[in-house]
Amino acid sequence: MLAYVIRRLGALVVILFGSSFLLYNLSAVSTDPLAELRLSDAPNKEQLILNLTRELRLDLPPPLRYFIWLRGVLGVFVGNPNFGLTREQEPVVDAILGAIPTTIRLVLVATIVAIVLGISLGITSALRQYTRFDYGMTFFAFLLFSLPIFWVAVLLKQYLAIDFNDFLVTAKISPPWIFGLSMAAGFFWAAIISGDRKRVIMIFSGVFVLNSIFLTIISATEWLSYPRLGPIAIAVLGVGIAYGVTYLSMGLSDKNALKTTLLMAAVGTISYFPAQPILDSNRPRLGMLVLFIVLLVVSVAGALLFSRIDRGPIIRTSIITSSLIGLLILLDKMMQAWRPYVESDDVNYRPVATIGQSTIWLTEVSFWVRVLDFAMHLVLPTLALTLISFAGYIRFSRGTLLDVLNQDYIRTARAKGLTERTVIMRHAFRNTMIPLTTIMVGDIAGIVGGAIITERVFGWQGMGTLFNKAINSFDLNLLMGVILFLSTLAILANLVADLLYSVLDPRIRVGAGK
Amino acid sequence: MARKDKAVEIVNDANENAIANKETEGLSQGQIVFRRFIRHRAAMFSVVFLFILITVVFTSLDWRIGNKDKPLFTIPGWWKYGFEDMPELRYADCPGGTVGCPTIDGIPFLDGDGVSLGDHPFGQDDIGRDYLALVMRGAQRSILVMFIIGIIAATLGTVIGAVSGYFRGLVDAALMRLVDFIITVPVIIIGSVIGFHYGNKGAAFLALLLGLFSWTGLSRLVRGEFLTLREREFVDAARVAGAGNRRIIFKHILPNAVGVIIVSVTLLMSGAILTETALSYLGFGVVAPDVSLGLLISTYQDAFTTRPWLFWYPGIFIIAIALCINFIGDGLRDAFDPRQRRRLSRKDKANARNMASRTEVA
Repeated sequence: MLAYVIRRLGALVVILFGSSFLLYNLSAVSTDPLAELRLSDAPNKEQLILNLTRELRLDLPPPLRYFIWLRGVLGVFVGNPNFGLTREQEPVVDAILGAIPTTIRLVLVATIVAIVLGISLGITSALRQYTRFDYGMTFFAFLLFSLPIFWVAVLLKQYLAIDFNDFLVTAKISPPWIFGLSMAAGFFWAAIISGDRKRVIMIFSGVFVLNSIFLTIISATEWLSYPRLGPIAIAVLGVGIAYGVTYLSMGLSDKNALKTTLLMAAVGTISYFPAQPILDSNRPRLGMLVLFIVLLVVSVAGALLFSRIDRGPIIRTSIITSSLIGLLILLDKMMQAWRPYVESDDVNYRPVATIGQSTIWLTEVSFWVRVLDFAMHLVLPTLALTLISFAGYIRFSRGTLLDVLNQDYIRTARAKGLTERTVIMRHAFRNTMIPLTTIMVGDIAGIVGGAIITERVFGWQGMGTLFNKAINSFDLNLLMGVILFLSTLAILANLVADLLYSVLDPRIRVGAGK
Repeated sequence: MARKDKAVEIVNDANENAIANKETEGLSQGQIVFRRFIRHRAAMFSVVFLFILITVVFTSLDWRIGNKDKPLFTIPGWWKYGFEDMPELRYADCPGGTVGCPTIDGIPFLDGDGVSLGDHPFGQDDIGRDYLALVMRGAQRSILVMFIIGIIAATLGTVIGAVSGYFRGLVDAALMRLVDFIITVPVIIIGSVIGFHYGNKGAAFLALLLGLFSWTGLSRLVRGEFLTLREREFVDAARVAGAGNRRIIFKHILPNAVGVIIVSVTLLMSGAILTETALSYLGFGVVAPDVSLGLLISTYQDAFTTRPWLFWYPGIFIIAIALCINFIGDGLRDAFDPRQRRRLSRKDKANARNMASRTEVA
């Protein structure tokens, strides 16, 4: 294993060398930093050209310049790397290090949402193969495949930011909207749950009525203008989470697991009260850590208390439940910051931001307002990136699960009388995740590359902006820095994907017999 | 209940297999694939739609052969304006005091004057150019780019993948390192570097360069196919019969790998159209005075609130083209996949049941 990793890292160096040589020369040959100066009519034009030529070593042919650049980069091995300066005389490393956190923030949330949603929809679609829901999902996925992200982004800006902000001023949902949304929800759930006609009609009308009542209450209480959860809502949602997680992981017939998760819902609700002062203190990050550690300890203890057999899975279930409830408490904290945030002068009742990564001049505000500000700036880019990338996950998880369901071990599992839930969640889902994991990891570099367009549309200052700047100002050092970063990321991601594959699937031995 | 369903399903499986086998009796591989493809409704619809779309798009504008300003001869298009013509900007009847609104009237009931195109069905841009002509020109560029990238990538990818998979050894190692070099950098990055400097040389040239960097994924796939196929008995048989390398590659192995190639080229083409529009949007693709769908969107995205048509039409064309290609690719994949069984209609199942009961009686 170790030998394999070392060999792959060696290959990484070779590949990086090759691809950077290729791209350096490609960009150097096609770039002419002097073009602008040649056209200028400055009196000291000759001198300027001479200076720039000397500064960028333009007198040397590109391959030679590449090796000068490479000498600086190879300093990595002696602890003194030199990636050169940008045209503004700032070290390239600093520029890139400054841009990475922004891009990660942009990409990370979108990727997580895309993975969770994409896999759930893909798996539902596979379990309902050849139904209307399945065909609908297939069409939806293909539609998303064909959407240019910059086009979606403009639509989102209009309808989700500008119009939604206008809507938030009153936060009254009009009856046609309530009707339409409830119809959509009804169709969605009826299509997923399916069954004979009577059952479908019952589900449809049930969801329709519940959804209408829910939306009417939201509209009447102006909840969207004054969002809050409070202990009661957390308790209700907590019980819901407890049932849901138990159903998916252990089955509701497992009374011990159900008892544990319900206990977690109670503990979570109680911890809401001490959590408030802790999270409001001047060290909120430490507060969050404390909250989650306490929840973790309690969930392990609770699971040990209630379970005799199946301890491992019950502990896992309990931890998942309590972390979800912990997230609810944090969400509530952000909702509490909503009014001060919306009412502040800089935001001025336009909470969904269309441009930029944060409200820069928002100073002297509490930690939670700051977090909320980041979140609101993330909404649109995340949605755009998610829409584009989760189509792939829908298709892929559907295909993989269908393949897995055709395997003999699934037939065996069914034959020995396991419930459908156990067959799907324990036997099929886990095996579906093996190829999915490697796809997800391998995708990372592509997603970061794709963020270039998103950053441009939403005016974020990340890797994409650096890249644009580098190209437009003929900044070879900066350009190579960005490319080197992206290709290193791509190769490392591939390596990690291969290693993960062998960890998840013991049948695969990396590096054996090569 | 679920288990009982399963048992019924297994019995049905056997019957369905019987039907499937009966249907493919005496047909060649190509005929089977073609029949399966015809049956894929979404893919067939996409083929027809895309064909009509391409015909409409490419016959809309005048084709000037020879010098642009003094053409040798001109093939007239069906639309009266060219994308460079500047008719007078229309002010009348536009909502909210905007200019150059679309005159297309597709809903006869609303204002009672029937379906009509009007003078500028898609409206006009800032300086009065007819937007229909612009969109048509943009779609022409995009489709052209898509096909050029598709053809170049298919040729290069197939040949390089075939050579490295068939000959293995040093050639394989060298070619696959080259693939590694190119594949590590995201397409959009390479495209931007190329597009920024060569975008002004015209869409065809840009597509040519982009094609030179788009073959890598395909070549890996083809190499994989060749690596497995070259070990099969029929290749040994061909070699024993005295076939040369070229004959084995092109006559024996390639036809067996063609499914993989066609499917992945279709998907590559739908990716190519999105890449081209994205590059043009970023300003690294087709540049003015030429027109591309991405460029149109990029130019008029700020006009969305006041003149949304400038934004909608190019976008709809991009989506329509990419969606068609994606569905065709899906249909081809299903058609080439030997494991794929047709979803049987109720009638087929009834026939199967009749057949089964008849055999039981006998």
